[in-house]
Amino acid sequence: MRRNVAGYLPVGLLAILVFILQVVLKTSGKEYFLTQITMSVYYSILIVGLCILMGYAGQISLGHAGFFAMGGYITAVLTTFNLLPYADLPVMKIMDMLGMFSRWQDLYGTDIMSVRPIYAGIFAVLFTIVAAYLIGIPVLKLKGHYLAMATLGFGIIIYRVVLGTPLFGEADGISDVPPFGIIGPLRVSGDMSERVMNYYIAWGLLLIGVLFLINLVNSRVGRALRAIHGAEDAANAMGVDTSGYKLRTFILSAVYAAVAGVFLTHYNGGIGPSEASVMKSVRYVAIVAIGGMANIWGALVMGLGLNFLSLRGYFGSYDDAVFGGILIVIMLFAPEGPLRREFFSRIMGLVRGEKEARG
Amino acid sequence: MSLELLLQYIVAGLTYGIIYAIVAIGFNIIYNTTGIINFAQGEFVMLGGMIAVSFNAFLPLPLAILGAVIITMITGALMDIIFIRWLRSPSVLRMIIITIGLSILIREVALHIWGESVRALPYFTGNEITSLSFGGVRVSPQVLWTVGVCSVMVAGLSLFFRYTMVGRKMRATSDNRNAALLCGISTGNMVTLSFVLSAGIGAVAGCVVSPITYTQYNIGTGLAIKGFTVAILGGLGSSVGAVVGGLILGILESFSIWVLPAAYKDAIAIAILLLILFLKPSGLFGKSDVMALKEF
Repeated sequence: MRRNVAGYLPVGLLAILVFILQVVLKTSGKEYFLTQITMSVYYSILIVGLCILMGYAGQISLGHAGFFAMGGYITAVLTTFNLLPYADLPVMKIMDMLGMFSRWQDLYGTDIMSVRPIYAGIFAVLFTIVAAYLIGIPVLKLKGHYLAMATLGFGIIIYRVVLGTPLFGEADGISDVPPFGIIGPLRVSGDMSERVMNYYIAWGLLLIGVLFLINLVNSRVGRALRAIHGAEDAANAMGVDTSGYKLRTFILSAVYAAVAGVFLTHYNGGIGPSEASVMKSVRYVAIVAIGGMANIWGALVMGLGLNFLSLRGYFGSYDDAVFGGILIVIMLFAPEGPLRREFFSRIMGLVRGEKEARG
Repeated sequence: MSLELLLQYIVAGLTYGIIYAIVAIGFNIIYNTTGIINFAQGEFVMLGGMIAVSFNAFLPLPLAILGAVIITMITGALMDIIFIRWLRSPSVLRMIIITIGLSILIREVALHIWGESVRALPYFTGNEITSLSFGGVRVSPQVLWTVGVCSVMVAGLSLFFRYTMVGRKMRATSDNRNAALLCGISTGNMVTLSFVLSAGIGAVAGCVVSPITYTQYNIGTGLAIKGFTVAILGGLGSSVGAVVGGLILGILESFSIWVLPAAYKDAIAIAILLLILFLKPSGLFGKSDVMALKEF
């Protein structure tokens, strides 16, 4: 019990830091940073999910931007596609009675009936689960180069589809995505007056996600995943359902990506094909690598930091080159990651040891 | 559909197919000696075309191409010497990520040197509208150049690997690195040489095809994934397989325009790649028992 509490300690500390950061930014008049921080937080949700897949289960995915885009694009289409012409269909009437639609007017005053964002978001995530399941079964049988190429191929197909389909807005993407009402006054939107609220919504979501992953890693499942990473055949021989665990982890990380996609799309009010590009997938892999592969906190810190710097434009036109360079340097000199997990657990051990001595 | 049109599509497919085959052979050469799939393979083709276009501004075409090929070969050698040679038994995941990183860096350097504009070499003989007629099928002379040069390269490579001392040393290295080392072969140099060779053929292909398909800083990724598809289709490591696989993919793509919008053309190659990976990862010409022994 004591161990579990100590494991949650960093989450509590982070929550306090999040609050302090907001206060500091407010007092120093730099509240405009909140927008990019909020976006980085959403990207970090995807990154901690990918961290579980790559670092713990040891499976590379060069197609995670595809799942992100899947979530984002589905919710964007459902919440902007005008269903009014079909409103008289019986199915539509039943769904309307269940309150699944919202009515609004666009910029030109056209009446629009579209799916209520919360249902659209749920559908987007459910769709991604099914897609990840169907893709995961054949893909996860592959290893090494083949796995990398197959996931890369999946990512490129999604990119080509969103770029070539009029429904998905082709090169323009989809804009005017309405805000996402969660409960009561809580809603995800890019509105300036709701910036602080959205900052906390994003952090809340990320912290819930991280808490879940920490629990998972310290459970039977986490041990099984580490065994798979260490030696898949040996784990299999010891009675670990390796393919089942790999598939479930793959789906879980796809869900994290889709959730990030859904929320960021409603936050930004739109999504474009660049979110599905291969470079995005590679960037996520780079961030997990520099965070230390099997290190949720490392991935989280790097995801926040690098995405923030990139979104603020600090890398200029060298944006992609920075991530390419990071990948090479990390893999050449510190393939286990610069923020070694052992290093952190040693520090945590010291903290824990002190406490036990005192108590 | 008339027979002429059918043949016309086949010719278009052959032109692209032979380029895919060259990229696939580039993959194979490096894979055979190192067990690495070099994700930056497509970048060699891009570099060849781009450098040749730049040189052609002040040099005659043959010299420009020669210069481009030599510079690309040096790039290939440097890639191995700086990033790969000194790693001791690196894991596959590590090598994948390093070569992906390299491909991004090369692409970004190209973007900063040449910008986003699309470039092309002039036609080697004639111009855009010159065409030769073979029984109703009209073929640009550049297509003949492409198919001819690439065929000569494929034939030359197989002769090189079979009959020259260096070629035999490279084959020995790929068969068994330790045994080759014990026989006094510098396996490190052979690996560097494999990078040089595959950069060289990529650059040549990039030059001859540039007038038809144009060259841009970002063509590498697409070529790499198609080249990989072809390499897998023909069985990883097999040159004959690469040529047959390349022609199959090229022709399928060129006929796919009937069925699918052109925007989805690239998806064909990837769909084939996924199908092959799921159903028969050893490829059309690979032996499945041999594949089971290889480490991926």
